[in-house]
Amino acid sequence: MAIDVLAEILTNRALSADYNVVEFAAPDLARLAEPGQFVMVKTSLGNDPLLRRPFSIFEILRDATGQPRGVSILNKRVGVGTNLIYSTKPGDRLNVLGPLGQPWPRQTADEHWMVAGGVGLAPFVTLAETLAKTNARMRLFYGGRSASDLYYASLFETLGATLVLTTEDGSQGEKGRVTAPLERALSARGTTNVTLYTCGPTPMMRAVATLGAAHHCQTFVSLEQVMGCGMGGCYSCVVQVNDHATPHFVRSCIEGPVFDASRIIWDALVH
Amino acid sequence: MARDLSVQIGSLSLKNPIIAASGCFGYGLEYAGSLDIGALGGVASKGLFLNAREGHAPPRIVETPSGMLNAIGLQGIGVHRYISEKLPELRRLGVTNIVNVCGTTIDEYCEVSRALTDAEGVHAIELNISCPNIKEGGIQFGCIQESTYAVVSAVRKATTLPLIPKLTPNVTDVASFARQCEDAGADGVSLVNTFLAMAIDIETRRPKLTNGMGGLSGPAIRPIAVRMVYECAQAVKIPIIGMGGITCAEDVIEFIIAGAAAVQVGTANFVDPFVWNKLIDGLTSYMERHDIARITDLTNTMTKGK
Ligand SMILES: Cc1cc2nc3c(=O)[nH]c(=O)nc-3n(C[C@H](O)[C@H](O)[C@H](O)COP(=O)(O)O)c2cc1C
Repeated sequence: MAIDVLAEILTNRALSADYNVVEFAAPDLARLAEPGQFVMVKTSLGNDPLLRRPFSIFEILRDATGQPRGVSILNKRVGVGTNLIYSTKPGDRLNVLGPLGQPWPRQTADEHWMVAGGVGLAPFVTLAETLAKTNARMRLFYGGRSASDLYYASLFETLGATLVLTTEDGSQGEKGRVTAPLERALSARGTTNVTLYTCGPTPMMRAVATLGAAHHCQTFVSLEQVMGCGMGGCYSCVVQVNDHATPHFVRSCIEGPVFDASRIIWDALVH
Repeated sequence: MARDLSVQIGSLSLKNPIIAASGCFGYGLEYAGSLDIGALGGVASKGLFLNAREGHAPPRIVETPSGMLNAIGLQGIGVHRYISEKLPELRRLGVTNIVNVCGTTIDEYCEVSRALTDAEGVHAIELNISCPNIKEGGIQFGCIQESTYAVVSAVRKATTLPLIPKLTPNVTDVASFARQCEDAGADGVSLVNTFLAMAIDIETRRPKLTNGMGGLSGPAIRPIAVRMVYECAQAVKIPIIGMGGITCAEDVIEFIIAGAAAVQVGTANFVDPFVWNKLIDGLTSYMERHDIARITDLTNTMTKGK
């Protein structure tokens, strides 16, 4: 079930010139939300831009007694809608529709490794919180262009995750791609049963999926396709999967955004 | 006083004039968890061929000023799976099902229509002769008057269900196509489908849609759609289902005054899947304000001259 809330913006925290986190007051929506689900945000009150924008639910906000009071989104400015989100002010109201899509599936692996690139960190806070409740062992492999692209790493540390940070310019953590330390860790893990979860740029997710398959690890991806409605109405956000005799398109808004990575036909994925 | 929102289109009875537009509401069931789809005037299904279709490679949509282009390419499960997998649940939910029928040949249109006529729970056929996004079939039947007449009269013989051809706006004189449909035995016509359009990425000089061109929908097209509904209303006696860019009750009322008996809402459902009650409430309060007892009394009532 999805609901639409005209939600008040509680805070808008700029993380950099491009990234920000917006908190929405939306207790009813937050109560329904599961890790990995998303919301569709109407970025204007009028007809331009017309369509909503999909955002992973970044955090489920709670009051002092632990009751859900809203959700936040992690936004990166890339176009008209995300620019509007970047410049919102506390007290503004925007329509937030959700929660939508399939959550991260519950897994019973020995260890849970999250692999995030840039704004692809968004669906992992809620996952880490859920895993932390069961004292599951987790790691976050988190890569960005430079140190200023890596946010919230300490939050994951607080939740008990081991951090592996990489930057392309070497300004923080290991220099290079996040898949390099991931590959070493997979090779070194011995008989430990690991589930991989990934979200970020398509080439990164594809590389993680390939590594996961090579190392026989269950791998889940959270895809971020262009979406029209988020509810299965328009058939625009399709991704090609291979679980029948012939490849076929499925709607990432209702069958995803989380998919078993082995289903995805990466060559057909746009980005 | 209670306001009568019911509408009759041939033997099709609608409890209210607000229908979910084809291709914009999945098969309806996608929304059943969040709203009462049985309360809508009707649900026009995603376009169905005899067999399943994959549709076009993404990107399939692009946003444009007050609108969007789509080139979905009629991805769908085919009529038989619709009947076996979707209809039973739609029936249980009390949905008024208007099935959008596609074909690449007249025979296919007839065969799909026959299958739906034999199935339980189909209330009407909306004959899609207007999809701009596929090469063969669809729009070729909607752009040549003789072909329109041929396909509508052939399907007329194949089904006893209310038959509502859906017209394309990509013609010079849409009313002449409405007349062909009326002459061929249609119970009504619906219009408009999307306007063939294009958007280009100026950095890469490539079209923004993989398919190259797509159909424009949303508020951007509304004034043209209203004009076309008006023209058809002057030309035919059969009821008209109007659509194109409706987002609010005022838009619904405009189409009805222009000549529509009922309306469909497509793109606005993407923006607000809970738009339906707002439309019904707005329509009802307008009827109260203007002392209109039956919504049918508002159809085709534009004041002309001074
Ligand atoms: C994504 C999308 C898919 C559509 N698919 C169909 C379809 O399968 N069959 C059809 O007859 N019309 C289809 N249409 C056209 C709509 O039913 C409607 O005629 C058009 O969008 C104008 O109405 P609107 O401005 O309210 O969206 C589609 C429109 C959109 C935006």
